[in-house]
Amino acid sequence: MSTNGRRRGFPLIKPGLTYATVTDQIAAIVQGGTRRGWLLLLVLFTTLALLFLYTVTWVFVTGVGLLGINIPVAWGFPLVNVVWWIGIGHAGTLISAILVLLRQPWRTSINRFAEAMTIFAAGIAGLFPLIHLGRPGFFYWLLPYPDTMGLWPQWRSPLVWDFFAIATYIFVSLVFWYLGLLPDLAVMRDRAKKYWQKVSFGLLSLGWRNSARHWHHYRVAYLLIAALATPLVVSVHSIIALDFAATIVPGYHTSLFPPYFVAGALFSGFAMVLTLAIPLRSAFKLQNLITLRHFDIMAKVMLAAGLVVAYGYLMEYFMIWYNGDAFHREHARFQTVGEFASVFWTMIICNVAIIQLLWLRRIRLNPPVLFAIAIVVNIGMWLERYLIVFSGPSHTYLPSARDVQTGNAIDWMMFIGSLGLFFMLMLLFIRLLPAVSIHEVKELIHDREAG
Amino acid sequence: MAGESVAETRIGYLAEFGSPELLLDAVSKMQGVGYTQMDAFTPFPVDGLAESLGCSESSVPRWMLVGGIVAGLLGWGMQYFSAVIDYPILSGGKPLNSWPAFIPVTFEMIILGATVSGLMAVLILNSLPQLHHPLFAAARFECASRDRFLLFVSADDQRFEAGATRKLLLDCQPEAVEEVAREV
Repeated sequence: MSTNGRRRGFPLIKPGLTYATVTDQIAAIVQGGTRRGWLLLLVLFTTLALLFLYTVTWVFVTGVGLLGINIPVAWGFPLVNVVWWIGIGHAGTLISAILVLLRQPWRTSINRFAEAMTIFAAGIAGLFPLIHLGRPGFFYWLLPYPDTMGLWPQWRSPLVWDFFAIATYIFVSLVFWYLGLLPDLAVMRDRAKKYWQKVSFGLLSLGWRNSARHWHHYRVAYLLIAALATPLVVSVHSIIALDFAATIVPGYHTSLFPPYFVAGALFSGFAMVLTLAIPLRSAFKLQNLITLRHFDIMAKVMLAAGLVVAYGYLMEYFMIWYNGDAFHREHARFQTVGEFASVFWTMIICNVAIIQLLWLRRIRLNPPVLFAIAIVVNIGMWLERYLIVFSGPSHTYLPSARDVQTGNAIDWMMFIGSLGLFFMLMLLFIRLLPAVSIHEVKELIHDREAG
Repeated sequence: MAGESVAETRIGYLAEFGSPELLLDAVSKMQGVGYTQMDAFTPFPVDGLAESLGCSESSVPRWMLVGGIVAGLLGWGMQYFSAVIDYPILSGGKPLNSWPAFIPVTFEMIILGATVSGLMAVLILNSLPQLHHPLFAAARFECASRDRFLLFVSADDQRFEAGATRKLLLDCQPEAVEEVAREV
């Protein structure tokens, strides 16, 4: 792969990097001065994060009646957001875990912030079910613990599986991220000039000494946790899909959902990685580490995932036609030409039509255009989740129970607020911790030099 | 302490190398002479370095296997106990021990248990957290996280002799050799 890249004039990392310059360059993002643009963005996104805090507090105090959730669509916006956010998180795990196992060197420059993205996105996703509970103080009832009521969770329910899956996912992502960060925290500790940096990096790096013995155990553990995280990602989104597929609602009840949800997760996740990587690269002058070759590959992966998603759409409607069930066919009409037609066709344009541009090399190598396509995909995938959550229960077997619902202003405020929270956390992460894995880039340089 | 001689506070020598290859050469050379109490510090994992320093195969995988099995059994056992013994409810005509439905939670518990034990194994086997170590006082030590490859020969080594060891290290083309003293 490397020789191929070189021949085409796109090396994975720019030549001329040395161990020392890489260390200086990445550490400078943390140790350098604060830029005005970063500060302005932080103010903007913190304001939006406060909007999230405000709406969540409001809902906690007043109740979920504030949100646009009702019967028949009891899940509403909060569940759209869960599925969308957790899907975004999955690309981070894919880049960091699966690509380690496949020994893909292109993950190196982007895995750190992709993992941070995973943690923040999965954390935000984990908040929405709690908000949606209505009685958030009782969320721990999902935990199996010896309570005075003598009750246990219902193990046969996908919602209980979901709780275990998301909780495990957040925890494992955090461990994997921290383990990878440990040597870099030691780098920061060794370079720290300011007192607070010395103390905080000193404590966080746990006394890591870069000893050959440390690396010996570290490497094995990192690889094995990657190997565990890989099936974990698939299980998490499959289980979320089962929340839907295990019901009898037309449009939900299909065995297609688990793989189709996983593909959608990777699709939206790669879109979000590009959404973050493109501005990060130019803002912090990382062109020598995050190269056009990275964008080229990520765009290809996004296109591939998008084609799988498109195949999912096709199969969904093929199965509806093929099984011949009148209610399912009616549901398909309801989605494509009925009340949800505008959402459906916008989704198709975003997720299927526009991404075909990525077949062109010119487009893949043009960061601004790629950024625009990534945003379009993010929107398209959110619409997909919206369509799934809202259209199914709106049109079930009982005509008397049918109703069309949508979110209200508070739903939108909460969703936009959650975006603000996510970007605020990403901005803080970039300035507080090394956003590119220093030791892995050095390893890459060494491997390149060794040939 | 003023009364202590240099020899008593010396804990070893730290040799600095410019590349992992030179470091590996130095390790094998020192080992050939019979040194065993050595450690190396590098900015990234160097292939074969731990093995040449005498590390046996890491026991992290075994820890993770045990952690995964224990957590999986606990997860399964918890569901079996609750659904069959402690709180049996017949629902949808399914058997009480409806094991396919117990797989997801068991699976997540296996991953969780293996990950937790993997992290614990790395920390315990490396005796981390260990916020203080005498080597942190060495002037060159910080270079190991930047671009230098360090070899430490401990004064505890049976073959350690101040002048001779230093000379041996100097023969390995180091950038420098530093004497590391215990902080007093």
